[in-house]
Amino acid sequence: MTATTERSLPSVGSVWRTRGGVELKEFFRQRESVVFTLAFPVILLVVFGAVLDYDIGGGVTFTQYFMAGIVAAGILGASLQNMAISIATERSDGTLKHLSGTPMPKSAYFVGKVVQVLAVTVLIVVILLAVGRLAYGVVLPSGSDWITFVWVTALGSSACTLLGIAVSSLAKNGRSASAMVTPIALVLQFISGVFFQFSQVPTWMQTIAALFPLKWMAQGLRSVFLPDALAAAEPAGSWELGRVALVLGIWCIVGLALCVKTFRWQDRG
Amino acid sequence: MTRTPAATATAPGAVHPATPLDPDAAISVRGLVKRYGDSTAVAGLDLDIRRGEIFALLGPNGAGKTTTVEVLEGYRQRDGGDVRVLGVDPATGGRRWKADIGIVLQSGGGDSQLTCLELLRAQASYYADPRDPAEVLELVGLTEKAGARGRTLSGGQRRRLDVALGIVGRPRLLFLDEPTTGFDPEARRQFWSLIRSLRDLGTTMLLTTHYLDEAEELADRVGVIARGRLVEVAVPAELGGRGQAPAVVSWTEDGVRRTAETVGPTAFVRELATRFPGEVPDLAVARPTLEDVYLRMIGEPA
Ligand SMILES: Nc1ncnc2c1ncn2[C@@H]1O[C@H](COP(=O)(O)OP(=O)(O)O)[C@@H](O)[C@H]1O
Ligand SMILES: [Mg+2]
Repeated sequence: MTATTERSLPSVGSVWRTRGGVELKEFFRQRESVVFTLAFPVILLVVFGAVLDYDIGGGVTFTQYFMAGIVAAGILGASLQNMAISIATERSDGTLKHLSGTPMPKSAYFVGKVVQVLAVTVLIVVILLAVGRLAYGVVLPSGSDWITFVWVTALGSSACTLLGIAVSSLAKNGRSASAMVTPIALVLQFISGVFFQFSQVPTWMQTIAALFPLKWMAQGLRSVFLPDALAAAEPAGSWELGRVALVLGIWCIVGLALCVKTFRWQDRG
Repeated sequence: MTRTPAATATAPGAVHPATPLDPDAAISVRGLVKRYGDSTAVAGLDLDIRRGEIFALLGPNGAGKTTTVEVLEGYRQRDGGDVRVLGVDPATGGRRWKADIGIVLQSGGGDSQLTCLELLRAQASYYADPRDPAEVLELVGLTEKAGARGRTLSGGQRRRLDVALGIVGRPRLLFLDEPTTGFDPEARRQFWSLIRSLRDLGTTMLLTTHYLDEAEELADRVGVIARGRLVEVAVPAELGGRGQAPAVVSWTEDGVRRTAETVGPTAFVRELATRFPGEVPDLAVARPTLEDVYLRMIGEPA
């Protein structure tokens, strides 16, 4: 051994910060991801708000109802769809392989992704709330509803981020991840009470939707945006917040287990 | 001169398999085996690379270069043999070990929205004692591309960016897997001078190539690999026993084309001349070119 200088590696925290910055630039500089993930839900809100402005009963507009659904769909896009596509891309183009050959702590990659999901989620929620409030007079949550809003968003986003990371391993590359995950997300949105009132979805479809996180995120957020009188229109006749937490929590655990089992830093070999 | 490689045969110039691992070598390999399903990509490879050396692994496509290098880099698990890279088994190398090696993959690094300078800064932040990213850009000749994104670079510039990413951590050992494949001659020449300036900085390098001239130009020693085995290890000037290789004398006699292989072509021709009254008909003396030697080395055994 020649001159083994005892140089200490940079702290894990400092690499986390670097990766957070890298992931923010990667997201916000890519036009497709910004349009697809950020602008698309806002456009849907604008269109639906303008077209489907009817009263769903109790003096509540569909736009008010749709607000909960589109926020849930926005979270799904920022987490599950975004992670599945971006990680599949980075795995197939060699970015992950390159990183795993450096002394970057492995945790830093995931911390960077979490920072990205968090930033995009906060941004999309803020934009949706602002557009809903300013353009369509959507009533914003008040008091303890904010607490529900935050935990449903955080738990749903965590579950979907973990699932997105797991799903990325099923795809050959970013394009095939997109082809796989986009239609699934769309179907889930239709049957989970995003585009229609959930009570109008056939029961058997409601049952399928109940297996996945989106339905529970939308339901939890409806408890935030709608007056409690409308809880009677839910399948169980109540908001079922305990069950929302339980199902999303289970998906977090399942997602994490799948990630640990399936995550690969390279394509093959 | 037919070569009949037996499983136990040692290639000329190569390390004998019975020699123990050299703990002071930058890279020490004994009996490396790697299989993919039923096919054996690396079939018992022995190699020592000294610190400070530039070693070229030369061989045709599919010879096992990438497989070998990626086992040494810790990307692939070996099926047999013993390997030390900077004194550490790559299968167990941690962050500290990775900080001492630089890697330029055959397939490059991927697409990013970051600029060249931003990519280098991020990469530098993973290391204890990185080089200055701006200086590294200067070194690889990409200073005027500092603010450009990777996708806007030409193939040659992309590859220089890959090298910049490989050396910004100030590695003691740099792996380069086919760094110049697909380059035009001018870009290749520029790349060679980059490698020479890295040599002057004291970096040990293992590079793979399927270009004979590249190995000859850059390497202190060349290992020729074919079908997962090293068939020879030598300094470029002695590759394939050049110099001692027999010359081929050919001429026409009684209307028949004749050839003879000889290590003393001068004496042979002098003797031949006495059999003809005037000029020896169609006389030609040919030495095998390095190309011929190489092609024979990597060819299927007779
Ligand atoms: N991941 C892999 N899975 C299956 N076979 C592989 C894999 N990588 C390489 N091979 C095979 O192993 C042999 C050596 O390949 P490689 O090491 O890439 O050679 P080289 O880099 O010299 O071109 C080839 O026959 C190749 O097809
Ligand atoms: Mg190769």
